[in-house]
Amino acid sequence: MRKINFLIGFIVVILFVLMGTIGPFILQDRDKIPSIENQLRPPERGHPFGFDENGYDLLSRIILGARIALIVGLFTTLISSFVGSIIGAISGYFGRPVDELIMRVVDILMSFPGILLSISIIALTQNPSYAMIIIALSITSWVPYARLVRSQTLSLKNRDFVIAAKAMGAGDFYIIRRHILPNCLNSIIVQATFGIAGAIIAESALSFLGIGPQDSASWGALIDSGTQYLLIRWHLAFFPGLFLFIAVMGINLLGDALRDRLDPRLRI
Amino acid sequence: MREYILKKIVISFITILGAVSLVFFIIHMIPGDPVENLLGEQALSVDKEKIRKSLGLDKPIHQQYIVFIKNLARGDLGESLYRKGQKVSELIRERFPNTFILALSAMLISISLSMGAGILSALKKGTLIDTTIMAISGFGISIPAFFLGPLLLLIFCRWLKILPPPASQEGVLSLVLPSITLGFALAAFLSRLIRSQMIEVLSEDFIRTAYSKGLSKKRVIFKHAFSNILIVVITIVGMQFGSLLTGAIITERVFAWQGIGTLMIEAISKRDYPVVQGTIILISSLYVVINLCVDIIYALIDPRIRYAKD
Repeated sequence: MRKINFLIGFIVVILFVLMGTIGPFILQDRDKIPSIENQLRPPERGHPFGFDENGYDLLSRIILGARIALIVGLFTTLISSFVGSIIGAISGYFGRPVDELIMRVVDILMSFPGILLSISIIALTQNPSYAMIIIALSITSWVPYARLVRSQTLSLKNRDFVIAAKAMGAGDFYIIRRHILPNCLNSIIVQATFGIAGAIIAESALSFLGIGPQDSASWGALIDSGTQYLLIRWHLAFFPGLFLFIAVMGINLLGDALRDRLDPRLRI
Repeated sequence: MREYILKKIVISFITILGAVSLVFFIIHMIPGDPVENLLGEQALSVDKEKIRKSLGLDKPIHQQYIVFIKNLARGDLGESLYRKGQKVSELIRERFPNTFILALSAMLISISLSMGAGILSALKKGTLIDTTIMAISGFGISIPAFFLGPLLLLIFCRWLKILPPPASQEGVLSLVLPSITLGFALAAFLSRLIRSQMIEVLSEDFIRTAYSKGLSKKRVIFKHAFSNILIVVITIVGMQFGSLLTGAIITERVFAWQGIGTLMIEAISKRDYPVVQGTIILISSLYVVINLCVDIIYALIDPRIRYAKD
């Protein structure tokens, strides 16, 4: 069962990545241009999902959406895991009062619903860019990495090899870089896998709420505009949602498998 | 005990103050001039100055902050930029009951669904029924509400035609799909929790004793087993109520529900930043306060928590 789950997750993720990277280049130019006579046309040969309300081919939009999901998911996770791990290591390594201060900030961020913070960050920008979305999501999502790395640093910093490095005159940041962080890497990778799925959902949620970039092909935005035509063209909301659901499911399955392999301690 | 509760209250207060300040500074640091957004870029600079003065935006940011905190302490969230003289607190008072009703009925639905599913699953452990329920709950945990909502609309209004189209739904009927959408993830999560807790409790000695006393199965399951896991369930449900309030932002958009979430999103698209600020502050403060209440109630009920945390 575990192997099957891993296999399904792996295949889904590979397909998703191919779709997001190569997909947009396979699209022909005519798929990217909306046309009035195609508005809301039902599925037909060559256009399995039909056309949306602007006359775009829905499949092409979904493929472009995969690229957006991939970019936002990857960059949000890269930034937040990088920043979070360093903050967590510093917090755990130096102890009070740095630790106390950082943990208070973490407490505040944790008791604050993440999506609200992201909303308030992008709320007043006119037509936010994807970079803005990535920043808004990263500001809330570094917290789990910081907590994870902090707790591991607390036990790592009293281990013999760290004390030995210290005795040989290694500096604090050298120890964090060479001894602490590499030892946390496995758990960071596991957390990051789930983080990608979370970021994709969060980005879609923001786009769904209509506060993401305008004219975006983000799966959330597609679901949002499709919902308005639900009773005449059900596929407009259904297929973007299905792709989102499958992609997120696949990433999470892969994450489960990675957790079993890399970090058995985290298994619940 | 008193110390523990006091400590919790102080921490929550700091959190709310921190959150409020964060929102204030984020909104004021964001590039783009609210006055320009309000009047358009072509507006006369005299008009801009006038508006800026009337909103207090001409003062340095720390003075604005002090004024803002002072007003907030009196429950004054300012006025809407769009509708002159419309107080933000009144707008919120108008819309909040809708969100509250939605969150409450989502909670009730998820409790009743998960109690049935969780207990049934635990009693039929390992059978097809159990596997099916667990598969559905796995689906429920991972499906985002903004996909589940349209999906439910599709299934019930278009394919099965059990419910009328959303535009013509009225009263309680209009509450059905939104609250299922909002509560489904919680129901899925709770039924897993209830299942695992029930399985654990059912293997305890006192259950065997109860059976051997000749009590009926129904009595053992509900009176002895279920009442033992109730505390855990209540705590989780309480802590999730805050998340339901935030989750409502998305559900409200799916169903065009006139709650505080749609108020916030409308305000964002109109750049009506006092309303944005007010709604965010309200939802986040409620979230913190609800969690505080659950913490305190939990400590009062269960002495083990109290001492462990002291």
